[in-house]
Amino acid sequence: MGFFLETLLGGLMAGMLYSLVALGFVLIFKASGVFNFAQGAMVLFAALAMARFAEWIPKWTGLAPGLIPNVLAFLVAGLIMCAVAWLIERLVLRHLVNQEGTTLLMATLGISYFLDGFGQTIFGSDIYKINIGMPKEPIMAFEGVFQGGILINKEDLYAALIAAVLVTLLSIFFQKTSTGRALRAVADDHQAAQSIGIPLNRIWVVVWCVAGITALVAGMIWGSKLGVQFSLTAVALRALPVIILGGLTSVPGAIIGGLIIGVGEKLSEVYLGPYVGGGIEIWFAYVLALVFLMFRPQGLFGEKIIDRV
Amino acid sequence: MFYRENGQFKTTYSKDQQIFPILQDKVAILAIVAFAFIGVPFVADEYMFRAILIPFLILTLAAIGVNILVGYCGQISLGSGGFMAVGAYAAYNMFVRFDGMPVIVALLTGGLFATLVGIFFGIPSLRVKGLYLAVATLAAQFFCDWAFLRIDWFTNNSASGSVSVSNMKILGWTINTPADKYLFCLGFVVVFALLAKNLVRSAIGREWMAIRDMDVAAAVIGIRPMYAKLSAFAVSSFIVGVAGGLWGFVHLGSWEPAAFSIDRSFQLLFIVIIGGMGSIMGCFFGAAFIVILPIFLNQALPVLGNLVGINISTALVSHTEFMIFGALIVWFLIVEPHGLARLWSIGKQKMRLWPFPH
Repeated sequence: MGFFLETLLGGLMAGMLYSLVALGFVLIFKASGVFNFAQGAMVLFAALAMARFAEWIPKWTGLAPGLIPNVLAFLVAGLIMCAVAWLIERLVLRHLVNQEGTTLLMATLGISYFLDGFGQTIFGSDIYKINIGMPKEPIMAFEGVFQGGILINKEDLYAALIAAVLVTLLSIFFQKTSTGRALRAVADDHQAAQSIGIPLNRIWVVVWCVAGITALVAGMIWGSKLGVQFSLTAVALRALPVIILGGLTSVPGAIIGGLIIGVGEKLSEVYLGPYVGGGIEIWFAYVLALVFLMFRPQGLFGEKIIDRV
Repeated sequence: MFYRENGQFKTTYSKDQQIFPILQDKVAILAIVAFAFIGVPFVADEYMFRAILIPFLILTLAAIGVNILVGYCGQISLGSGGFMAVGAYAAYNMFVRFDGMPVIVALLTGGLFATLVGIFFGIPSLRVKGLYLAVATLAAQFFCDWAFLRIDWFTNNSASGSVSVSNMKILGWTINTPADKYLFCLGFVVVFALLAKNLVRSAIGREWMAIRDMDVAAAVIGIRPMYAKLSAFAVSSFIVGVAGGLWGFVHLGSWEPAAFSIDRSFQLLFIVIIGGMGSIMGCFFGAAFIVILPIFLNQALPVLGNLVGINISTALVSHTEFMIFGALIVWFLIVEPHGLARLWSIGKQKMRLWPFPH
């Protein structure tokens, strides 16, 4: 029982991180109808920027490495992501308005290639560390309840907390601010939003900025767990089943989908994996999502798909 | 001036429905095919065969398969790399486990197995569409990656799924030299391109296109979506599977599952988009573009770097390659979303008027 709970908790925390990446996808898809394959590249790019600036800033300014350079690096990386968002809107999206979904999808694939190359050109392509002072040692919990207690990875716990805070901030931003309201209006109906005077182009920049910041947070957490390297882009592929499970257009869907996928992956790996040779994490999530899709083609929380002739 | 169809009157329906109704087109294509079979083996050197021509042909074949599914039937698939893997490994098993199995039969059986897998993973397309389907087909990709890495039986118990094929013979003709390999691939490509072209012009091809353009409306006028979609998956994955077999057998010789990773799926999709969705001709253009561009950049970048006095390292070259490749794709999509095939037809239109534009 203790072991089961431990796996479950591990899955939930991993799921929180998936939701973080999935959130970036959902935000952009909702606001601009673009299925952003570049999210993985943005995660890598942001993490690279963060890691390198955390290294460079103490060197340039003579600050002691620690909290302040990390915060500064975070801010600089955030600014860079906003610049990237602005450039993407300016140079790519603006010219592709009204194109089909596939064309936009391919465009984001192109962007992802570009960002992969560009990020590694200016920031280097070694494995970098992000040290944001997350404690590594695990803690024991519920020792009184189960024999031996449950081992919780403190790092995962903090990561999940950060993710939860970000999600809360985002939902406040979306629900309470006027920009958030405009974003929701655009997501609902482009033309109607434009006709009441919401500037579409600016909204797109904002939404890509928000996605960029989410990518930065995701990159920071994943980067401090795994090290900042090229394989970070694969995180995006791990997050894809999350969004089709939760629905492409639903923010709560991304979070709950992430939790389901995280738990499903861990449990399947532990209980099912040994029978078929292990390593099934990577496709189990997809198959799980597929099974869900068979019953609800729009995902758990997606808007109902209505066909009109 | 030279490219005019004036005076070419069609007096029968069959003449009107030829693949190339214009005489000049037909002559040009026949000349190109003849040159490819007879001329190229004398002209090209080994590097040319290995690095450019053979990958170009096999990728073209795979792209034709993907184009049938994506371009003609409108079902986005990101699992083509997986289907290639199925084709390659099934053909390998056929070739190794049965003594004296002819290569061609092994490759075609590989295609048949890919068809089965393709139909299976095509089933979700009956329920989901568009981007959801794109992600759903990734399941095929990842499952195949995993299966060939972890299930030893598929790879004849070799470590890490790497297998190799040698001693390919067809009726006493040993496929050994690069020129032989090239001709072998060329034969496949010509036959399958012709087959695909005729398929998409026939009733079933029109059904696919109807489904692509609007599936609800197509269903209303009596096209069975299930039959149309699954047949597109079947035909597509058959061709892709055969291409996978060729890629493994002829191009690589020995390979492991990473050769058919998700990058391959993306690459095939790029070929289709850049070449032109719903165009067989476009597959050739797209594949040529994708094969030649990295080689060109690889050669040109260090030279350019030397010109401006920067020493460009190999890492930088590969990163710049990524950047230019990505930027070019975006630029292409912005300038000509319908791909190179559209440019080709615009060019032909211009040719008809040239040199008198009025």
